[in-house]
Amino acid sequence: MADRNLLLGDEALALGALHAGLSGVYAYPGTPSTEITEYIQQHPLTKERNVHSHWTTNEKTAMEGALGMSYAGKRALVCFKHVGLNVCADPFMGSAMTGAGGGLVIASCDDPSMHSSQNEQDSRFYGAFAMMPVFEPSNQQEAYDMARAAFDYSEKRGIPVLMRLTTRMSHSRAVVESRGDIREQNSLKYPANPRQWVTLPVNARVRNRQLIKDYATFEEDAAISAFNFLKKGTDNSLGGIIACGIAYNYLMENFPDGCPYPVLKVSQYPFPRKLALELASMVKTILVLEEGQPLVEDRLRGVFETGYTIKGRIDNTVPRDGELTPDAVRAALGLPKLPAYEASEVVAPRPPALCQGCGHRDFFTALNNVLKDYEGARVFGDIGCYTLGWMPPFHSLHTCVEMGASVTMAGGAAYSGTWPSVAVIGDSTFTHSGMTGLLDCINENSDVLVCISDNLTTGMTGGQDSAGTGKLEAICAGLGVDPAHIRTIVPLPKNYPDMEKVIREEIEYHGVSVIISRRECIQTLKRHSGKK
Amino acid sequence: MKQDIILAGVGGQGILSIATVIGSAALQQGLYLKQAEVHGMSQRGGDVQSNLRLSSAPIHSDLIPRGGADLIVSLEPMEALRYLPYLSKDGWIITNTAPFVNIPNYPEMDKVMAELDRMPRVVALDVDAIAKDLGSPRGANMVLLGAMSAVLHILEPEKLREGIRRIFGRKGEAVVESNIKAFDAGLEFSQKNK
Repeated sequence: MADRNLLLGDEALALGALHAGLSGVYAYPGTPSTEITEYIQQHPLTKERNVHSHWTTNEKTAMEGALGMSYAGKRALVCFKHVGLNVCADPFMGSAMTGAGGGLVIASCDDPSMHSSQNEQDSRFYGAFAMMPVFEPSNQQEAYDMARAAFDYSEKRGIPVLMRLTTRMSHSRAVVESRGDIREQNSLKYPANPRQWVTLPVNARVRNRQLIKDYATFEEDAAISAFNFLKKGTDNSLGGIIACGIAYNYLMENFPDGCPYPVLKVSQYPFPRKLALELASMVKTILVLEEGQPLVEDRLRGVFETGYTIKGRIDNTVPRDGELTPDAVRAALGLPKLPAYEASEVVAPRPPALCQGCGHRDFFTALNNVLKDYEGARVFGDIGCYTLGWMPPFHSLHTCVEMGASVTMAGGAAYSGTWPSVAVIGDSTFTHSGMTGLLDCINENSDVLVCISDNLTTGMTGGQDSAGTGKLEAICAGLGVDPAHIRTIVPLPKNYPDMEKVIREEIEYHGVSVIISRRECIQTLKRHSGKK
Repeated sequence: MKQDIILAGVGGQGILSIATVIGSAALQQGLYLKQAEVHGMSQRGGDVQSNLRLSSAPIHSDLIPRGGADLIVSLEPMEALRYLPYLSKDGWIITNTAPFVNIPNYPEMDKVMAELDRMPRVVALDVDAIAKDLGSPRGANMVLLGAMSAVLHILEPEKLREGIRRIFGRKGEAVVESNIKAFDAGLEFSQKNK
């Protein structure tokens, strides 16, 4: 029984998980991963089987929730964008030590070229770091097939599996065939080795030695995996090619009649050295095509002379940064360029901007009006739609680093003498990782003004639920902010005088102030009105 | 047989619904298809594009190579020009002429039109005005789809009309008919002016 659907890479992974008998998805929105969870949320199987699909407060709580489900014997999926792996690094690393009970799959979606991100870090490193296998599908069909396989493998080897997608896989549609039976969910079942789940040194040392042995087994598995193969060539004269994940597509795009050179396709890690050595026995030059950072290429180069010529990102055969494209691969293969037009000089850049009618616009306008009277002011921004407040015409922000940094950086700068020290953070970002920073500021009585620009949603990713909606004032008071310095304003042009008065008052208060600037996101508002 | 199409516009204009109709028609016909798009930051009034690839043979890359696009289909005239390096030397540009000016340094319209005029195969029409004249201002995308269908060899116009019926069916007969009218207006313009 094969059903055919046009699915995004994200959706293919999601469907594979559901068909593998998923009991829960735990996730925080993040481009390009968001659609995995959204697909699960709307799928009939989810309602039918009561699959957990509620958005979590952040990636760490997501990872831990899924780990709890795995401990109880059921299959769980965790989803986030690549930097989300940084947020859940602690439980992620811990999960390699506990191992998996019910199949546990962690889907991390990387963003080479940073279409919507602050860096292009490569999630595959985390797999090697944790001694965890990594599955990196080459196309949408593999995203489905490998999601199913990942849950089975996780239970077979008792280890969580990291699945890695990149933007052009996550956000590209193709026809996917759903093959095989739709599996039932697991029943409640506790680990056969309970000591492994209490990572005190006495247990963890034992587990660590076992995991080191297991990692060698994972590599043997990768060498015989259906998702990796070495295809001999008809022409060994130019060398061989190692193509990882989606890079395989860009390679094959340039050889519509088949690639004449020997190719090692890698979609399952640990990197199968056995297959690479077999390739190396045929050639003297190896071109490494991989998306993200040169993880495989760097390993092959090593430090000492190998007698092989390795080409890839490190020697700029392929551009060192940015996503792979069929054109970059074409150039790396030494193939002639296709005839094409030059870029037009008439075209101007069209950067993203805050929507017309957005509450963030009004907040930044009022803030700017006040801060022009304060020469030493610094505004620490955060991650969300409001990051666009850095762009013209606002130019409101001085920094933006990662989720929650606004509050804590404002505190650190204030201690150093910055005044006024202002943090601007969104409502979802605040509950994600601003609350703990605010507690630090309260405990130190930092002279900071924390502005929560609350649009009642997780906006940039498309308007998902925000964990703290309706609770922000209570959270701030509960943490210990003086209620007299928790102010709420409604960001609208007619309110600018009142908004500016409140901002000025709270700057002049030399302690922790919180201003909540609240108005529903214009996009979610449109959607809600549309439904009525 | 293959057709590689770059769909372009400004975030929020609705280029993706064009892709949805084509995708539905392609699937019915048993064609291979890949459609890549960008989400998130790019959608906030920035330039957006979708790479839509149709073929009778399996497709590898989700992205269209430079010089490989058979069509650039754009809801905005300057955005059509942005993808010139991807256009095949035999390729077509099907574009809306109504500019979307949300940047301070938008080029002068006569420069934009001059650039388009020097290209060999262009169909340029004001889809917003045509849709409005038909009484369906939200049908601008469908006008563009119709204009495109005159040169989209891999799918017959009737297959695209069926696609419109399938995709918009649940919105009611009135919406479907309105979109088909818009489609036909675009197709007629293209046939007369290509």
